[in-house]
Amino acid sequence: MALCLRTSSRSILYYLKSKMGLLSSSSSSLTHQHLQKPPFTAPTAQNVRDPFANFSTKVNLLSTRRFQSTKVEEQWDSLNHAHHNQVLDFPGGKVAFTPEMRFISESPVERVHCYRVLDDKGQVIMSSKFKQVSEEIAVKMYSDMVTLQTMDSVFYEAQRQGRISFYATAIGEEAINIASAAALTIDDLVFPQYREPGVLLWRGFSLQEFANQCFGNKDDYGKGRQMPIHYGSHKHNYFTVAATIATQVPHAVGAAYSLKMDRKKACVITYFGDGGTSEGDFHAALNFAAVMEVPVIFFCRNNGWAISTPTSDQFRSDGVVVKGPAYGVRSIRVDGNDTLAIYTAVHAAREMAISENRPILIEALTYRVGHHSTSDDSTKYRPVDEIEWWRSARDPVARFRKWIESNGWWCSEDESELRTSVRKQMLHAIQVAEKADKPPIAELFTDVYNVPPSNLCEQEKFLKETMKRHPQDYMPDVPV
Amino acid sequence: MATIVGAATALSASKSFDSGKLHLPSRRSLSISERKGSFLVVRSDGSVVHKAHRAQKLIANAVATKADSSAASTASKPGHELLLFEALREGLEEEMDRDPTVCVMGEDVGHYGGSYKVTKGLATKYGDLRVLDTPIAENSFTGMGIGAAMTGLRPIVEGMNMGFLLLAFNQISNNCGMLHYTSGGQFKIPIVIRGPGGVGRQLGAEHSQRLESYFQSIPGIQMVACSTPYNAKGLMKAAIRSENPVILFEHVLLYNLKERIPDEEYVCSLEEAEMVRPGEHVTILTYSRMRYHVMQAAKTLVNKGYDPEVIDIRSLKPFDLHTIGNSVKKTHRVLIVEECMRTGGIGASLTAAITENFNDYLDAPIICLSSQDVPTPYAGTLEEWTVVQPAQIVTAVEQLCQ
Repeated sequence: MALCLRTSSRSILYYLKSKMGLLSSSSSSLTHQHLQKPPFTAPTAQNVRDPFANFSTKVNLLSTRRFQSTKVEEQWDSLNHAHHNQVLDFPGGKVAFTPEMRFISESPVERVHCYRVLDDKGQVIMSSKFKQVSEEIAVKMYSDMVTLQTMDSVFYEAQRQGRISFYATAIGEEAINIASAAALTIDDLVFPQYREPGVLLWRGFSLQEFANQCFGNKDDYGKGRQMPIHYGSHKHNYFTVAATIATQVPHAVGAAYSLKMDRKKACVITYFGDGGTSEGDFHAALNFAAVMEVPVIFFCRNNGWAISTPTSDQFRSDGVVVKGPAYGVRSIRVDGNDTLAIYTAVHAAREMAISENRPILIEALTYRVGHHSTSDDSTKYRPVDEIEWWRSARDPVARFRKWIESNGWWCSEDESELRTSVRKQMLHAIQVAEKADKPPIAELFTDVYNVPPSNLCEQEKFLKETMKRHPQDYMPDVPV
Repeated sequence: MATIVGAATALSASKSFDSGKLHLPSRRSLSISERKGSFLVVRSDGSVVHKAHRAQKLIANAVATKADSSAASTASKPGHELLLFEALREGLEEEMDRDPTVCVMGEDVGHYGGSYKVTKGLATKYGDLRVLDTPIAENSFTGMGIGAAMTGLRPIVEGMNMGFLLLAFNQISNNCGMLHYTSGGQFKIPIVIRGPGGVGRQLGAEHSQRLESYFQSIPGIQMVACSTPYNAKGLMKAAIRSENPVILFEHVLLYNLKERIPDEEYVCSLEEAEMVRPGEHVTILTYSRMRYHVMQAAKTLVNKGYDPEVIDIRSLKPFDLHTIGNSVKKTHRVLIVEECMRTGGIGASLTAAITENFNDYLDAPIICLSSQDVPTPYAGTLEEWTVVQPAQIVTAVEQLCQ
């Protein structure tokens, strides 16, 4: 052991000396050695990080030289020793320096640990710490998760039947949706990507309101202007979904900045997937949030897939959680299928964000059980049994059910009653939404600006005249 | 003299009067510099241009000259004199005083005061939070501004140079212009995006961008271009007060224009064009820096016996077709002078709009003078020729009025 240490310090000395040209007298003997037998060994896994490992064979030469120039070496020794304690002053602060050239590894020895409270059987893990939930909250959380699951499957079927044009499910991510929403208050602003309708559900958006948006009828708050699942509701502090990926992340930072200026006791949460973290907006937003010290929670749903791109093709870092510290953002990795873990983490994140005015990054590991959307067939790029395993064995809803049942807060009668009721409500909501009128043509031109300008008024007039002149070309049931 | 000045202050809302008052001194100053060495002769030779001459020329167009200020003491004139960038700052400051939700964000806008000093002193007065220095990520800080606007603030996003806002195109087009519409009117975005653009003095292609043509199709935004200290302040205030997203185009070379503006508060209309010089023979439509080239050419044209009507369109989206239309109905001839590129420029849309609406009133096809479809070269001589020069304007009017 001691020999190794001496060797490495000697090899550094050798390196320094060779650089300083102090080895002139012995160089000839060295070259002689070279010709005889190559002293350099090929870099092995052990010494690949230590570029001077090759010099270990030079020990004999150095030891003979030692007696000849001890004085010089003493000087070098003391200098080296002094250097180890010095710091450098650069813009950005003081930093200690090291004479050892050591690269930080691109991959860690161990991946960042994942916070979990419930095991796969829905039992609380022995030593876990979590935020207690009351029966009322827990039952609401579970009911909303079931509602979300049912809503997703009914809407998906409706799309397959041609009743709506498009849908994207959140199957497998119910815990993320509901538990994160439950840990926040209604005053906290939500900037979603598109797989978080559960947050809106928790806040009181009705099944009818969801259906209205999907059918784009006159009761849709978006006035029929967006594709299905692009929900938005001002009264629920849920900002309208935009189809562009990760553009909501800087929006969230701006909103948090606004909250900070108003000194409100609220925070912002924004959701995005693993794919969204590749967008430039994600990186800049995290950077800004850290620099400006604003209360925002960055919630990454790392579900393993960005349409057909697996995370191994998306990034080579240890997931998303390690990117937080790179920008100076406090981060945590949680089990995305564990309701209580998410609830606890978001609750804590909210506290920190508001009291310390700082951003927090939460990476929730999960799996996208459904297809990316109704325009996708994920069996084309991933094995069916993988999907099925995650759907059944790792279902977050079933896992949480086990926990509330073990507390005596739920039973199978409640379950069947809830599922039947929600399904019935959903079918009714779809029927009503389907029959309702579409928005009138006038709504094509409103809200582009606060007041329609003259050119839009002209265009509206022109369109109405065209419709009157060619009634057979326009659907009769579209109101004007 | 006193009556004109008095009337000007009483009718401070009427822009045409003020701008009419403005051009009396500049015409006088121009004739002085013209005598020094004919700009036009040098042009047609294609020979080396004396840069000093050019610089004098441009500044002389709009700066209150020494002759003017010595003629009457400043104390007797109402209003106060300032440079265009100071006018922008004054408008900004007045709005920030008036409404605590107004804030500024951009690169180096805080303690540095902005690369063109438009925000100088504001960070000290309002604090770092209201005048925010952002890291270099245009798309993202524009996105931040949009998020802040949706949550009740009125941010002004400054692009250090308009060209950098190309990086923000996604946020401007897909979110800024769209979210009010797609949310069904639930979320509004009262944001102002501003910055200097246009061809400067040998700044190179990347820093000589004219983005008005790229942005003009985006539904949901309004675009205005300021050209004088008076309308710069007025448009800045109007843009901040507007509920819609507004893009305010400034020009790098116009920041040092000096003008006397009223002391009392005024706001310009975002959708109105400015009558710079009423006339009878031909309508010349222009905006931003080209206004000054047009006015210079107008001197020559007046000497030659023409009576051009010059309108600074100011509102690039939507066009003020009312003012423009009235002018076309009067003169029956239209010349558009712009700094935009020829293809898909503001002039192209304006030509289409006028032809569609006022074709019956035109006696001749519309002539549009724009920059060529080339990136702006660095070399001074080349750069000068990518921008429309007064000589070309004079020739075009002569051609139109044949």
